[in-house]
Amino acid sequence: MAKFLLKRIASALLVLWIVVSLTFVLMHSIPGGPFSREKAVPPAILKNLEARYHMNDPLSKQYVDYMINVAQFDLGPTFRYEGRTVNDLIKDGLPKTATIGFLATIFALGGGLILGSIAALWHNKTPDAVATFIATIGVSVPSFVMATFLQYYLGYKLGLFPPVGWNNGAFKNLVLPALALGAFPIAQITRLMRTSMLDVLSQDYIRTAKSKGLPGYVIIGRHAMRNALLPVITYLGPFFAYILTGNFVVEFVFGIPGIGQFFVTSITNRDYSTIMGMTVLFCSLLVVFNLLVDIAYTFIDPRIKLTGQKGA
Amino acid sequence: MKMAQDLFEPAISQISAEHINRPSTTMMQDAWRRFKQNKLAMAGLITLGSLILFTFMGPYFIDFNYMDNDLMNQHLKPSWTHPFGTDALGRDTMARLMYGGRVSLAIGFVSVLINLSMGVFYGGISGYFGGRIDNLMMRIIDIIYSVPELLYVILLMVVIGKGGLLNIMIVLGIVNWMGMARIVRGQILALREQEYVLAARTLGANTRRLMLKHLIPNALGPIIITSALAIPSAIFMEAFLSFIGIGIQPPFASWGSLAAEGRLNIPSYPYALFFPAAAIAITMLAFNFVGDGLRDAFDPKMRK
Repeated sequence: MAKFLLKRIASALLVLWIVVSLTFVLMHSIPGGPFSREKAVPPAILKNLEARYHMNDPLSKQYVDYMINVAQFDLGPTFRYEGRTVNDLIKDGLPKTATIGFLATIFALGGGLILGSIAALWHNKTPDAVATFIATIGVSVPSFVMATFLQYYLGYKLGLFPPVGWNNGAFKNLVLPALALGAFPIAQITRLMRTSMLDVLSQDYIRTAKSKGLPGYVIIGRHAMRNALLPVITYLGPFFAYILTGNFVVEFVFGIPGIGQFFVTSITNRDYSTIMGMTVLFCSLLVVFNLLVDIAYTFIDPRIKLTGQKGA
Repeated sequence: MKMAQDLFEPAISQISAEHINRPSTTMMQDAWRRFKQNKLAMAGLITLGSLILFTFMGPYFIDFNYMDNDLMNQHLKPSWTHPFGTDALGRDTMARLMYGGRVSLAIGFVSVLINLSMGVFYGGISGYFGGRIDNLMMRIIDIIYSVPELLYVILLMVVIGKGGLLNIMIVLGIVNWMGMARIVRGQILALREQEYVLAARTLGANTRRLMLKHLIPNALGPIIITSALAIPSAIFMEAFLSFIGIGIQPPFASWGSLAAEGRLNIPSYPYALFFPAAAIAITMLAFNFVGDGLRDAFDPKMRK
């Protein structure tokens, strides 16, 4: 286990380094800089600004300096928000984004597993059709349309939940964003769970369990569910990636001051340090989640061993 | 007891046992036959056909142009003259939907064509050569996979220049090829161990011939399935780009950009969002049904 972890962390650092370097190159090839505005900045001021942010250094020096700072968890000052560092932005925004992501995860995972199991247990009957219908809706509408419809109908027309705002994280403000964010993954998880549950239910060991006279909830809970979970766990990696990046749309539509907004605005603003900071943050989170998913495997399926695995 | 000779026949008939009595069917014919039996998939295919007809032939049957403003008739409700209403500049929504559909479908098909060629090329090489080359190429894919896709789409869009139809196709094509490469590689890796490949090789077939005549045609099923399911996700991605304002720029339109436009005025004019959203949803459903049908058709093992 320790050896596996060390190996994975080493490869994760390598991946991070490559991704950050790639972003650095791409970012500097975008035409325009952080200080190009509609109204041209006077040359003297521009020079001072560039000196202040070390932008007059050669690119190679900027790159090395940045890497050294990142290694010390210092993502540098933002270009757009005077007097604030990227670390500040993350400190303010990340908890909000994480709260919504967490709720969406509960909704999507819990809902998906239950819906998928129900669909499989009542295969080709009404519950199956209902679950499949919900799953199909989720994957057939873009997330911003889904968010807008939820906001308009549940929030604005019916007035069930506040249609917009963070409101210090009051639960009723979080319901709609979490639903909107979870709509796509809940559909995916339902579909996955349904197929894998159908597959498991036709296995011999389920018949054995039934013939032993085990009560239904033991058969489903202990024998069927646990085995059916495996394909769902493989989906968790892409799932977390979706929750992370999908947050932008939801935060934008519902006006939540999270971290997702910087994901897009930083690029259109040419806010170099924020772009880099977001890349570092999102990639690290993804890498950590993927590692957790791999470890979760071994708990669900003891047959899988982490060490001694041959690379595919 | 005596038995007459003529009561008996040899157990093996005179006709050769090797004789094939029915016409042979190719893999494609076989798949098509199975596909036709799948009602949902056929419904999807017919829907897609009608959508293509609607978007490409439709403009010849209506009196409005997708880009002509009519400032006297802004934000009209759906009526007989304007079945889907008009937008903020009085443009007919149906005409814009037809035009936008062409753009969205074209983006879907062309970007998938790009991702298909890249994926088949990369995955083919990786799977065919195997060993160290394969290992290296797959590690590269792992790295690209761990990058947040949206970040790169946005960065690339800004680098290449926002808004152009061709740019969007290229960007969506080059960020999505990894899945295809993995699938092709897995197929080729399994296929190249088969006897018929060995036979072809002993008969002197070179790499090119092996690849094009033996390996890729046999991997075609999974390639087609993956492509069919990649088209809707490309259309989705374009919608997202439109939503953040770096997709198709007005007066041009795509379903995504129409939905993004309609979103802004939803409290007053909900139908402006409803129609493009419905168009996207119908297309998604149709492609998903066709994709699932193809999966069943090409891989009967999957059918339960």
